[in-house]
Amino acid sequence: MERFLEVFFAPQVFARYAPDVLYAMMTTLWLGLVIILAGIGLGLVLACLRTAQCWWLTLPIVIFADVMRALPPLVLILIFYFGLPGLGLTLSGPLVLFIVLTAVLAAFAEEIFWAGLTALTRGQWEAGRATGLSFFQTLIHVALPQAVRMGIPSLVNRALAITKMTALGSVIGVKEILAVSSSAQAMSGSATPLTMAALAYLAIFLPAVVLARWLERRFSWRV
Amino acid sequence: MTPMLEIAGLEKNFGDVQVLRSIDLKVARGELVFVIGPSGSGKSTMLRCCNRLEEPTSGSIFIDGRNIMNALSADLNRLRLQTGMVFQGFHLYPHMTVLKNVMLAQTKALKRPKAEAETRAMDMLGRVGLAHKAKAMPTELSGGQQQRVAIARALALDPKVMLFDEPTSALDPELVGSVLKVMKDLNAEGMTMVVVSHEMGFAREAADRVVFMDGGVVVEQGTPDQVFGNPQQDRTRAFLSRVTGAE
Ligand SMILES: Nc1ncnc2c1ncn2[C@@H]1O[C@H](COP(=O)(O)OP(=O)(O)OP(=O)(O)O)[C@@H](O)[C@H]1O
Ligand SMILES: [Mg+2]
Repeated sequence: MERFLEVFFAPQVFARYAPDVLYAMMTTLWLGLVIILAGIGLGLVLACLRTAQCWWLTLPIVIFADVMRALPPLVLILIFYFGLPGLGLTLSGPLVLFIVLTAVLAAFAEEIFWAGLTALTRGQWEAGRATGLSFFQTLIHVALPQAVRMGIPSLVNRALAITKMTALGSVIGVKEILAVSSSAQAMSGSATPLTMAALAYLAIFLPAVVLARWLERRFSWRV
Repeated sequence: MTPMLEIAGLEKNFGDVQVLRSIDLKVARGELVFVIGPSGSGKSTMLRCCNRLEEPTSGSIFIDGRNIMNALSADLNRLRLQTGMVFQGFHLYPHMTVLKNVMLAQTKALKRPKAEAETRAMDMLGRVGLAHKAKAMPTELSGGQQQRVAIARALALDPKVMLFDEPTSALDPELVGSVLKVMKDLNAEGMTMVVVSHEMGFAREAADRVVFMDGGVVVEQGTPDQVFGNPQQDRTRAFLSRVTGAE
């Protein structure tokens, strides 16, 4: 037991690296928030564009969504970070992480919103149009709110999964939780920083999961 | 006087299939026209052409003397305010309260101020006997109540014509009466109405004219007594004996 504590909870290592890990937590947190907002926002816009039903909008959106969902995000991250500089375009680690994860989340969100929109009966659209609402007004006030509600459970899960992927930033020098704590582990020769990483992730995601449950309950309604 | 609704030479094709062949129909102000006909005869399609929910292949639709076939899309949204439509499946918005259902198009399409829209919505809900359900969600209402809310939603926009497509077909028998009563009252107050329905009893009581459609044409029309009591066409007789025989 003593040995266990020494490996995973060495107090002096804990104290030494606590500020670094706390700082990294902030990085993970704001990266996660920005990615969720941008990814879901972009997904929503893409799903709306798709309702216009012109092939030159639909085709690129479908290709984007399928490619982004098919590729492992790490592959994209490496290509962006190590490949693009060869074309004279150098992006910082956090920016690459933001772009790639936002795109991936947007792809999933678009599909989720689109599934919700197509699940709506034609009657909902017709009720809107028959009362003089424009296509856009019907989309905004009638169709989207229902599609969003239908999509919330999958959306929440997807958003959490994507936020956890910020850990991939550790391979391109983003100072998020995993990067900071694994370099601390290497430096100190103690596993304690990894324990700290786990605690930090729990501190962020446990409340998030509880919030997700609440959201799901709040927005599910009997049909 | 110009008819409130006039359908002239209306044709509609779905692909190669001709569903409506040259329909002509005039509906006078305050008149209740009752449309019957076998399944697939084009009743719904005709009704849906009257607000261009379905785009006619050719022909004209005049609402209060104005040909809505000439309207461009922005104009069309405004013209659709003149026709209220009630669907078989109600189609209330499930994510909004009853009150919001009745207010939405008032504020967004008619651009009424919120307070005025709310007053109007409460008036209309009162008229269909559901003012006490204003704060309820649609799913908490019975089918008959939902359909009355749908009628209130259409009425709140002050339409010139109300179009009903089998408004009671999805209802349990004991709920049909409440909806028919609202419709009867509405007509008694002078609303022009076109009603597609199988409620023959209602037609005898309330209709000014009965129109029998088959195969995309108007086969026969007249007063309820004429059409039900003394049909002139074989097809009408065959249809009536089938539906009354089934009852
Ligand atoms: N969107 C559509 N695409 C193709 N065919 C259609 C479409 N809507 C209707 N039809 C066809 O048009 C014909 C007339 O349909 P409509 O719904 O107007 O008949 P109806 O008289 O209302 O029948 P019912 O009593 O069953 O409601 C039917 O043969 C139907 O299959
Ligand atoms: Mg029909």
